Amino acid sequence: MWGPYLMRRFALISIPYLWLLALFLVPFVIVFKISLSDIALSIPPYTPQFDPSAGWPGVTAFLSDLDLENFVFLTTDDLYWRAYLSSLQIAVTSTVLTLLVGYPLAYGMANAPDRWRPTLIMLVILPFWTSFLIRVYSWKGILAGSGYLNQFLLGMGVISDPLTILNTNTAVYIGIVYTYLPFMVLPIYAALERLDGSLLEAAEDLGCSRKSAFWLVTVPLSKPGIIAGSFLVFIPALGEFVIPDLLGGSKTLMIGKVLFEEFDKNRDWPVASAVAVILLLILIIPIILFQRNEQKQREAEQ
Amino acid sequence: MRRFTWFNATSLTLGFAFLYLPITLLVIYSFNGGRNVAVWGGFSTKWYGELVQNEAFLDAAWVTLKVAAFSSTIATVLGTMAAYVLVRGGRFHGRTLFSGMIYAPLVMPEVITGLSLLLLFIGIGFDRGILTIILAHTTFSMCYVSVVVSSRLVSFDRSLEEAALDLGCSPLSAFRLVTLPIIAPAVIAGWLLAFTLSLDDLVIANFASGPSATTLPMKIWSAVRLGVSPEINALSTILIGIVTVGVITASLVSKRAAVKRQRDEQAAVAN
Repeated sequence: MWGPYLMRRFALISIPYLWLLALFLVPFVIVFKISLSDIALSIPPYTPQFDPSAGWPGVTAFLSDLDLENFVFLTTDDLYWRAYLSSLQIAVTSTVLTLLVGYPLAYGMANAPDRWRPTLIMLVILPFWTSFLIRVYSWKGILAGSGYLNQFLLGMGVISDPLTILNTNTAVYIGIVYTYLPFMVLPIYAALERLDGSLLEAAEDLGCSRKSAFWLVTVPLSKPGIIAGSFLVFIPALGEFVIPDLLGGSKTLMIGKVLFEEFDKNRDWPVASAVAVILLLILIIPIILFQRNEQKQREAEQ
Repeated sequence: MRRFTWFNATSLTLGFAFLYLPITLLVIYSFNGGRNVAVWGGFSTKWYGELVQNEAFLDAAWVTLKVAAFSSTIATVLGTMAAYVLVRGGRFHGRTLFSGMIYAPLVMPEVITGLSLLLLFIGIGFDRGILTIILAHTTFSMCYVSVVVSSRLVSFDRSLEEAALDLGCSPLSAFRLVTLPIIAPAVIAGWLLAFTLSLDDLVIANFASGPSATTLPMKIWSAVRLGVSPEINALSTILIGIVTVGVITASLVSKRAAVKRQRDEQAAVAN
């Protein structure tokens, strides 16, 4: 029989293990299974339903009813195509924009006097603790047709007609850059902070101008931070739902939104599940690349 | 000694203006007394008055707090166990799957996590409500807790535990007397993170909840989908205030603890 030590070890491993199996892995298997089913007018609204009481013939009948029809459907209806492509395009564009906004900020932080830095880091992290939803919502008042930005620009005489920004893709870019900025700034800051200042002095001594020393020394050495930050923005941005829903318009196509609507309004669970499966397949590539970058950095540090 | 250059000062100013201006405007306009939400019409606290009388918001706030308290506490226990298993557990069957299931939820799009949990709850005929939101939140936050706690477990000296075991401690009391006090800051940080993530979550709660339970983010979301709402501005201001005070207090407390620890260590060395 097992001693108390093994019993305890077994309990320690199996409790979190079973929890994750039941509430993370099993739900996934269900999504995958439903993506191979057909929509039906029943409760729940798909067919075939698994019926364990029918025994082995029931299992084979169930398996033979599963097919890839929903995935074929996704390739025929160009809504899904365009939604995947437009999600990719929005995620890439906003990642580049976040880098352009985040790099100077991280650079400024890394070159600030030492006693300032803890405060600056806290100021970057603080918004991260405030509600994501509220931060996205705060842009609604700014970007609306009669919002603060238009009032300001009209008042200054810069424009004569209000700009239409809310409910366009531009608003979605702004929302993503704003909410994910800390994810970009912190890894770049970490890389820049480690940078050895004597390298820059050496470059300047050897006749490099400050500008080319920045491009030839600083930027390449902060590359791991840039890569990590870009993935940390790109991966969640691709499946984003709240930002396109609140700031985007009816023309903004993002896959998270399509999935939600497929489920909520059309109640087509099999197609919603198929959309989810494809989104996961697309995400696997950047996730593996990100893991590899982290691994390489860890090895470099040792 | 590094000093602010003109360029660095500008990029810091612009960057932080971008980060803080939208929230500042939201806070300012929550005190707007005018009829038009976008035009300043004098200082007033009337939206706060309407907010505290709004039963629906108070109910939702109560549901949110209950969910956050329960889910973050269960998640801290499970996440700490999982971290211990990953760092100290050695080899066992299915270890790769286990660590995969800890890291995957961190990168999973919320819509997919939410959808899959909803399909599970419906599949097994589980009535959706406050309990299902707690289950859903516990599942993703335990992974965050486990990452935070395991980074602390990796960095601390294992020989301390071994010394306790050599001196006759049982594994359980070695954990309670040696390991737990050392990883306590990470466990507390993990709990805070889980609590905040639960308070913040809209998408997963929206899938996991049924008609019987509405959380505050769900309430806020349905109120602001159509446009700016002064009541939500007031509510946001209160939430931002609580978080700001909480984060600043936490950072001051941890700073003081670090200073005290340093002093104690110096005193110990001097003796």
